[in-house]
Amino acid sequence: MNHYFDMNRRKFLKNSAMTTTALVVGTSFMGVASRVVAGVLDKPASDAMAANLFVALRTDGSVEITCHRSEMGQHVRTAIAQIVADEMEAAWDQVHVIQAKGDPAYGDQNTDGSRSIRFNLQRLREMGASVRFMLESAAAKKWGVAVSSCRAELHVVKHTSGKKLAYGDLVNEALKIKPPEASKLTLKSRKEWRYINTGMTHIDSKDIVQGKAHYAADVRIPNAKVAVIERPPVLGGKVKTLDDKAARKVKGVIDVVTIPTPEGAPMFLPKGGVAVVAESTWAAMQGRKALKIVWDDGPNAAYESDSFKASLLKTVNSPQAHVREIGDAAKVLSAASKKNRHSADYYMPHLSQAPMEPPCATAMYHGDRVDVWAATQNPQADMETVGAMLGLDKSKINVHVTLLGGAFGRKSKPDFSAEAAYISKKTGKPIRVQWTREDDLQHGYYHAASAQHIEAALDNKGNIEAYLHRTAFTPIASIFSAGATAPFSFEMDLGFTDNPINTPNMKLERGEAKAMARIGWMRSVSNNFHAFAVQSFIDELAHKAGQDPKDFLLSAIGPDRVIDVTQQKAEYLNYWSDKSVYPLDTGRLRRAIEEVVKISKWGRKLKKGRGLGIAAHRSFLTYIATVVEVEVSESGELDIIKSWVSIDAGTVVNTDSVINQTQGGSIYGITNAISHGNTFKNGRVEQSNFHDYRVARMSDSPLEVEVSIIQSEEAPAGVGEPATPVYAPALCNAIFAACGKRIRQLPIGDQLKAS
Amino acid sequence: MIKLTVNGKAREFDGDKSTPVLWYLRDELNLTGTKYGCGMAQCGACTIHLNGNAQRSCVLPMSAAAGSNITTIEGLSSDGEHPVQKAWLDHNVPQCGFCQGGQIMQAASFLKRNPSPTDNDIVSAMSGNICRCGTYPRIYKAIKSAAKNMASVNMFDPKKNNSGSVA
Repeated sequence: MNHYFDMNRRKFLKNSAMTTTALVVGTSFMGVASRVVAGVLDKPASDAMAANLFVALRTDGSVEITCHRSEMGQHVRTAIAQIVADEMEAAWDQVHVIQAKGDPAYGDQNTDGSRSIRFNLQRLREMGASVRFMLESAAAKKWGVAVSSCRAELHVVKHTSGKKLAYGDLVNEALKIKPPEASKLTLKSRKEWRYINTGMTHIDSKDIVQGKAHYAADVRIPNAKVAVIERPPVLGGKVKTLDDKAARKVKGVIDVVTIPTPEGAPMFLPKGGVAVVAESTWAAMQGRKALKIVWDDGPNAAYESDSFKASLLKTVNSPQAHVREIGDAAKVLSAASKKNRHSADYYMPHLSQAPMEPPCATAMYHGDRVDVWAATQNPQADMETVGAMLGLDKSKINVHVTLLGGAFGRKSKPDFSAEAAYISKKTGKPIRVQWTREDDLQHGYYHAASAQHIEAALDNKGNIEAYLHRTAFTPIASIFSAGATAPFSFEMDLGFTDNPINTPNMKLERGEAKAMARIGWMRSVSNNFHAFAVQSFIDELAHKAGQDPKDFLLSAIGPDRVIDVTQQKAEYLNYWSDKSVYPLDTGRLRRAIEEVVKISKWGRKLKKGRGLGIAAHRSFLTYIATVVEVEVSESGELDIIKSWVSIDAGTVVNTDSVINQTQGGSIYGITNAISHGNTFKNGRVEQSNFHDYRVARMSDSPLEVEVSIIQSEEAPAGVGEPATPVYAPALCNAIFAACGKRIRQLPIGDQLKAS
Repeated sequence: MIKLTVNGKAREFDGDKSTPVLWYLRDELNLTGTKYGCGMAQCGACTIHLNGNAQRSCVLPMSAAAGSNITTIEGLSSDGEHPVQKAWLDHNVPQCGFCQGGQIMQAASFLKRNPSPTDNDIVSAMSGNICRCGTYPRIYKAIKSAAKNMASVNMFDPKKNNSGSVA
């Protein structure tokens, strides 16, 4: 069940005698109108038909399920198959997953924002159920019995009399059945689910452990050459002079191509630079080293992280633009006694997504069209960006999606595909662009650098009387609109506007910041710095009030209620989902806290030097709470002993993948806390590889992250991202509990060392 | 001319002797299971076995591989039946999977030398291999159970058997 792109597909076809009639069911992406296409298919359905067909059942019984979302470790290829196969009562060993190419007919393919299941569970279920209905109807017709007396079960339709027909033998009859209207479909009840809400093994794992899984750099196109690119070290920089004589003399080097630096907003366009094209990766790398380039850096050469950090902190310490307001926080804060007032500033640096697979794409320019094979989270963005780069309509860009070796937001910005396409056009050859780790860390789309300022006034019982939070960060808006200093509304939504604290007086404000590097979303996006500040500050208030942090957190969130922030002078997009289906429900956050308190045995006695920290947060419509246990030695060595996470993501499809994502998302949060991130000097990133860009290793991680999934029948919410933002504050709160040191500025770095 | 054995097959290499083994495997032999992650022995995605021991192939020049016996993840077993591979599946370790070939090669080599590792042994043996998906708790568990299973399994030893574990 492992067919990503053409080579594999051909092998698959050969092996499974696919020149057969197939029942093919698809959907229009805005609705759920199932439709059926009859005919002989000598190709996978996703190639042969208009690309909104998701299920093909062939006369040999094999089932192809199309996955239109990108696989980057979240096991979406398995989850989508689970949903469709469950509703159509398919036998799992008959299921093959075909990776969709980029095509707007599928609807949204942008695999970020933790929304693959959220956006697709219902329509995939309906497609599976359509197939089941048609097979039952076909059998009824063949037997001349009522449909109600026929029941599909694991690739066979059974009649009450005991008669049976295999799915493959029903294909020709089923083709004559009119597909049911979505409203008339009977979906399975939850109790009848056999694949959904179970922990099935990921379909690609067997290939992965044998080194047979194919990622972008594993694509082999005949006669393809390899390009590596020396990019301008400063955003917007241009080649002033280029001497490529030595590079061209390197054995194996066949060409040198200059890529233009975009004018205006960076978008997803290549950053510019000079590509060395060679017969092999190593030759290209050696050729690149031999380039002599003098850069015209441009104005962003002034970017310097220390002074920028100071300016962000200054911004959040003066009044800024309105975001949300209840009551009159300023008045209450100024009237509060010093004893009852608390304030703190927080800082997080730029970070890189740093997936293990650096960006990579192969492109083949054919004159009037382009083929692209890429590790992309959003093949439709590749179509648009490559089309714009080459002056072709996006419909002429054929994007094949490989497996992604991690992505974390980096690979929804397909500058690497546009580079490959541009060089292919210039050289007339298929080109694989290979990014090095240095390229990844120095020419990326960085998680915003941010500062937060929070003030609160408590009453004598520890209730929060007033709360003021100001945020400032380099906005993602800046990559789409040149010079934009104000964030998009959605950047505020993520953990800032939707603050769940129960207080009569709240004021939320946001500052502006000039981005002098490309800014982009990284796993959990601005939830990372917002949750770090809010959840650290609540812990600080707990200690100020002399209360147990868990008790204080629960009382800060207050009674169970639905908060509609749009009634509090705020804009809020709610992760592009209906607030009646996905309200901000503090009761679910409370239950997540209570669950993690239970599984972590919060309140137990710990040995000296150990501490427990707690944090809770709603992101991507999922409610999550984390407890971290740490030990801090007298010399300041940090050891994370164990973590516990409770997650309420509503209805979940693959329980083991939810646990895996929650564990991994937690460990991603460790990196956010310990990494020095990307710092800039003279407009250049100072880090270059994993020796100076720290990411969490096994030695930094707990050996156990215990996850409790809160069983829920609510609508499905996000899974890939929610565990990350809550981790750094839980960790830093645990550090405070262990040793009394409060971490407000990340990375933790040397702050725990005895001074 | 450099002669070496890769996954049991005799091979000859006539190119730039400074080429890292990683790129020879990937670009010339089309053995793409060995991954590029950093190019400076910082992440372990390129881990292979050189004469039975884990080695970062991204910094190993072809000149240093002359006469050696190399095993890649494709050659660790013929059908994924190595106890470490099996343990990886039993514990559903992989997320994106990109680093896992290197993790498995590292773990297989380590367990051969140390079949009864302590937790500290595991952490120190595996901390050179980065997984950005954060599968460390599962890698740890998989190694613990592989160690149990390997106690009764005869391991391939390239010094005793040059034919390798797969042809």
